[in-house]
Amino acid sequence: MAEAIVSVPATAGRGEIIEIKALVRHPMETGFRHTQLGERIPRNIITQFTCTYDGAEILRATLHPAITANPLLVFTTVATNSGELECRWSGDHGFVVTEKAAIVVR
Amino acid sequence: MATDSVTRRPRREFLKTVGRTAGGVGLAALAGSARATPEALQSAIRQVTGDSALRRGRVKLSIPPLVENGNSVEISVAVESPMTATDYVKSIHVFTEKNPLPNVISVYLGPRAGRARVTTRTRLADSQKVLAVAEMSDGSYWSDSAEVIVTLAACLEDLI
Repeated sequence: MAEAIVSVPATAGRGEIIEIKALVRHPMETGFRHTQLGERIPRNIITQFTCTYDGAEILRATLHPAITANPLLVFTTVATNSGELECRWSGDHGFVVTEKAAIVVR
Repeated sequence: MATDSVTRRPRREFLKTVGRTAGGVGLAALAGSARATPEALQSAIRQVTGDSALRRGRVKLSIPPLVENGNSVEISVAVESPMTATDYVKSIHVFTEKNPLPNVISVYLGPRAGRARVTTRTRLADSQKVLAVAEMSDGSYWSDSAEVIVTLAACLEDLI
């Protein structure tokens, strides 16, 4: 599996509302679990998600430990013009992943 | 019946009281370790809404009423809004009642979203109430909640 997947329709009509699915590989360790020896497993989660469309932010999210491993986010945007969607996940221990997806607007 | 020399009360009564108190303290300590309290939930909501009133309606929280595995529960929040430049949803927040932390996710969006609908997957530590709050561009707050029964909770303590 790739580090991250951003799924958008390849083409869309101008003004159409399109659905974006963003998935990233990450354990999302809550920090509330212990090993069998009783040691606490340190928290390791993604805390921030942003999605930009041609450089302009369309959605931003703050994630907490209650979000599952390999976080999925599904949201929408209005297809304004052909361009690039860029999703960025960042979190504990300097974790940063970015993934792009291109869209053609007819 | 033997009487306690200090309290002058029957020893049996005294022991009962001590037992109850110790038991109560023990339970309270357990509850505090890995569960958010109703106060924590209220203060988390307060941090979002401030002093504004939280009204029911306009928000639709979709979550299965019964899930077998709390490790991954699909949750979807849709808000009634025209999503125009002057009337749109600013943010959507999800909270839980009994997870270790009340916050689940906060999503900030705007008119460019076209539709105010967000889907994600969450962990649920127990059968509990899940609450969604939406902030509108006019500064009003709306909410919806749902009760979820979890037959196998998300594991907090044990590691496979």
